[in-house]
Amino acid sequence: MIKSKDRFREIDAVVVRFAGDSGDGMQTVGEQFTDASALAGNDIRTLPDFPAEIRAPAGSLPGVSGYQLQFGSREILTPGDEPAALVAMNPAALKTNVGDLAANGLLVVNEDAFTKANLRLAGYDTNPLDDPALNERYEVIRLRISELTKDALADSPLSTRDKLRCKNFFALGYMFWVYDRPIDPTLESIQSKWGKRLPDLADANTRALKAGYFLGETHEISRNRYQIARARTVPGRYRKISGNDALVIGLIAAARQAGKNLCYAGYPITPASSILEGLARHKNHGVKTIQAEDEIAAVGMALGASYAGDLGVTGTSGPGMCLKAEFVGLAVTTELPLVIIDVQRGGPSTGLPTKTEQSDLLQSLFGRNGESPLPVIAASSPADCFRAALEASRIALEFSTPVVLLSDNYIANGSEPWLIEDAAKLPAINVREPSPDEPYISYKRDPDTLARRLAHPGRPGFEHRIGGLEKSESGSVSYDPENHELMTRLRADKVAAVAKTLPPLAVQGAPEGDVLVIGWGGTQGAIASAVRRLRDEGHAVSNTHLTHLNPLHPDLDALVDGFRRILVPELNLGQLRLLLAARYGRSFTGLNKVQGRPFTVAEIHDKITEILTSLQS
Amino acid sequence: MSTTATETAAPALNRKDFVTENDVRWCPGCGDYAILNALQRTFPALGIPREKFVVVSGIGCSSRFPYYMNTYGFHTIHGRAPAVATGVKVANPELSVWLVTGDGDGLSIGGNHMLHLLRRNVDINVLLFNNRVYGLTKGQYSPTSPVGMRTKSSPFGSFEQPLDPVRFALGAEAGFVARTVDNNVKHMTATFEAAARHKGLSFVEIFQNCVIFNDGTFDPVYGREQRDEQLLYLEHGKPLRFGKDGAKGIRLNGLEPEIVTVGEEGAAEDELLIHDIHHPSHLFAALLARMGYPEFPTPVGVFRSVQERATYEDGIAAQIAQTRATAGEGDLQELLTGDATWEVPRG
Repeated sequence: MIKSKDRFREIDAVVVRFAGDSGDGMQTVGEQFTDASALAGNDIRTLPDFPAEIRAPAGSLPGVSGYQLQFGSREILTPGDEPAALVAMNPAALKTNVGDLAANGLLVVNEDAFTKANLRLAGYDTNPLDDPALNERYEVIRLRISELTKDALADSPLSTRDKLRCKNFFALGYMFWVYDRPIDPTLESIQSKWGKRLPDLADANTRALKAGYFLGETHEISRNRYQIARARTVPGRYRKISGNDALVIGLIAAARQAGKNLCYAGYPITPASSILEGLARHKNHGVKTIQAEDEIAAVGMALGASYAGDLGVTGTSGPGMCLKAEFVGLAVTTELPLVIIDVQRGGPSTGLPTKTEQSDLLQSLFGRNGESPLPVIAASSPADCFRAALEASRIALEFSTPVVLLSDNYIANGSEPWLIEDAAKLPAINVREPSPDEPYISYKRDPDTLARRLAHPGRPGFEHRIGGLEKSESGSVSYDPENHELMTRLRADKVAAVAKTLPPLAVQGAPEGDVLVIGWGGTQGAIASAVRRLRDEGHAVSNTHLTHLNPLHPDLDALVDGFRRILVPELNLGQLRLLLAARYGRSFTGLNKVQGRPFTVAEIHDKITEILTSLQS
Repeated sequence: MSTTATETAAPALNRKDFVTENDVRWCPGCGDYAILNALQRTFPALGIPREKFVVVSGIGCSSRFPYYMNTYGFHTIHGRAPAVATGVKVANPELSVWLVTGDGDGLSIGGNHMLHLLRRNVDINVLLFNNRVYGLTKGQYSPTSPVGMRTKSSPFGSFEQPLDPVRFALGAEAGFVARTVDNNVKHMTATFEAAARHKGLSFVEIFQNCVIFNDGTFDPVYGREQRDEQLLYLEHGKPLRFGKDGAKGIRLNGLEPEIVTVGEEGAAEDELLIHDIHHPSHLFAALLARMGYPEFPTPVGVFRSVQERATYEDGIAAQIAQTRATAGEGDLQELLTGDATWEVPRG
């Protein structure tokens, strides 16, 4: 056996997955591994994957919680397809995850958890660790993590039960050693989290982490260590950010750019709750948060706040979008600014609450009675949620309209490094006030944007009434047939006018070629990675990723004409594809998946390859 | 709702300042006309500038109200006015927010929102027009319709237990709860004014006649011939008396009210229950609210007016002020930067 510490292999990216029981603390170690890698200067993307149940029965298959991340010295756009290393804390975690592990991958298991009871819970008749095929296919490292953790904590005052809880940090320490991560950030994090409140626990986790780390060094267990150089990214100061955290700070920034107070009303719903929770922590920025009695009240409160002059925002997921629909229609017809965030999850109905999907696009566009157009935008990555929050707020306030901002579970909970923006250089949001010099006509429109100019309650001389009944330009109730058609068309034209304010559409690759890939939302990383690989291989493939789904970007018109085939990958059954086909009257090829999981790069790569092959024949 | 003192003395307003150009489109004889008249008389008396009033409504006959009040007004969607009104008040606590709703809008489709509005103690004045029927949809029974009421959707008579708005409001622990009647503008105006001067959520039920679909529903209580015997006007600090010349009164017998004749033949005046709108016990107003037709006279006026807790919007403002005092005014660049960062060097 080669002495381990002498052997480093330099690689440019690696995918690691931690899997264990939902009580095993896998999300914690995943986060810690991410932080340590980010601080080591790697680019990184994460994919937390946990069950809907808070604590499914211990050791059971539905109770398995996972955390996958890809980090590397090159630009990392996805959490990776196949893990190169898997940590399985029990048989259920092995069973549900080993199928994804790359051939010859590193498999670290907690041997102590492979008891008869746990094997039975996972549906194993015999211990899979003894299966020669497993050992042939993977580099299996059997560690007695439970016992080793207990040994390391022999003189800790904690109970045996609590000592065993520290085993995730032991496993983390071991993986830190394997991938040459610095352990200091985690030691500091342990101290700041528990040091004062629970010093015994802080001490135990510290020792477990170190014990795991030193295990590899003192014993000659692992054959290889991997070293990942710093990523050669844009220089500057970085932080790690998740999608929902980026929405939180993006909304606060947007309110400041508009010179308004932020009022966010929400109702707890997975995976949007952390937006409400995050904003509630930032009251010193003047943020008003309301936990409403239901989804309907939440959007109504946000709309009321907007009417009275705040930036009103509500956030939810698919089931909540259904409930909010009538109020969104009221916002459309009263032409009040409102941002509605939909962090999409698997549907319909309760669906897959903790899994990702992109199936609320058509609902966002059309899920209301009447002709009820509104702008829809989508964030494409965790960090992009920051700019998406600013853009949704800009459109809402400058066009005086409700805007749906689509995120999804994958980018909401995933995280990546973010080149911290300069607060002084954020885009302006220009809210146009009605002129104080002329009589106020409540539905008189700005010639550029077609937006009506708002007079908020409290402003003397501008008293007027609004409501869900159709209005004439003067603001009075009107049942006149021609007026209804005029107002209906004006509302549609106003939304269409948003297109005039968009920067040029970004295209990766040439503006013409064989295959164009059009994506939206959280699929950006997988699409961009696959297309880049194909371009590197010499294929005429390009991609564009749409932030604006309504109105569509005008540059798209010319772009689609430049390609023989157009692929639209979506985590739904073809919703954007339907819109594109209707707009352009040509056929678009779909790549559609609804498994609650993001696309792998390979899936998109294979589909494009298939199209390229068919073009040659 | 408390009145907000204005910095500069606003010119005195009168009823006409609150009349809009819109034609009022309620049915001739509808009780809503009298309520509109009373509110247009109340607003100028409050000393609040016109632009600081906001009238928010849901859907139904009553909810057309904002279109007829020359202030800021928002006619929203069915049952959801409490949500909009809450957002308005939270965004700008300086505003005098009035919520106009009905028995269907406020207690059926919007019952949940009403409960939480009352519970949160948002400083809003709720006027619930109770006509015990769905008028705008042309005559179906409502959650306040009495048992046995025949309507288009209850041709054999409603058998649902009706909800009493005042008892609902007291159950949700609203700080100010009152009842008034659409055939007494003076009483309405006084009640609205008392509601406006209460800081915190104020809930006012108005007995309102629907001339088309439920005409005369309150006549047994407030009809010209009946009202002396059937209406009990609640006045703070005064004994509960009713009947012609106050010949009758309410006395407490254990935990139950009883009707007594006042005078030499009956009970002495000091045996009567004295009305106390600030009574420390919730039971007091609850006891009054249990009284009603036909066993008892129906109390009208202010049942309860207490300030036990801070208003919702003050709670929000207080937490913002508190966090600013301890953590300092939020700095956007610090927020964007966060706690853990790293530097990618040039080259």
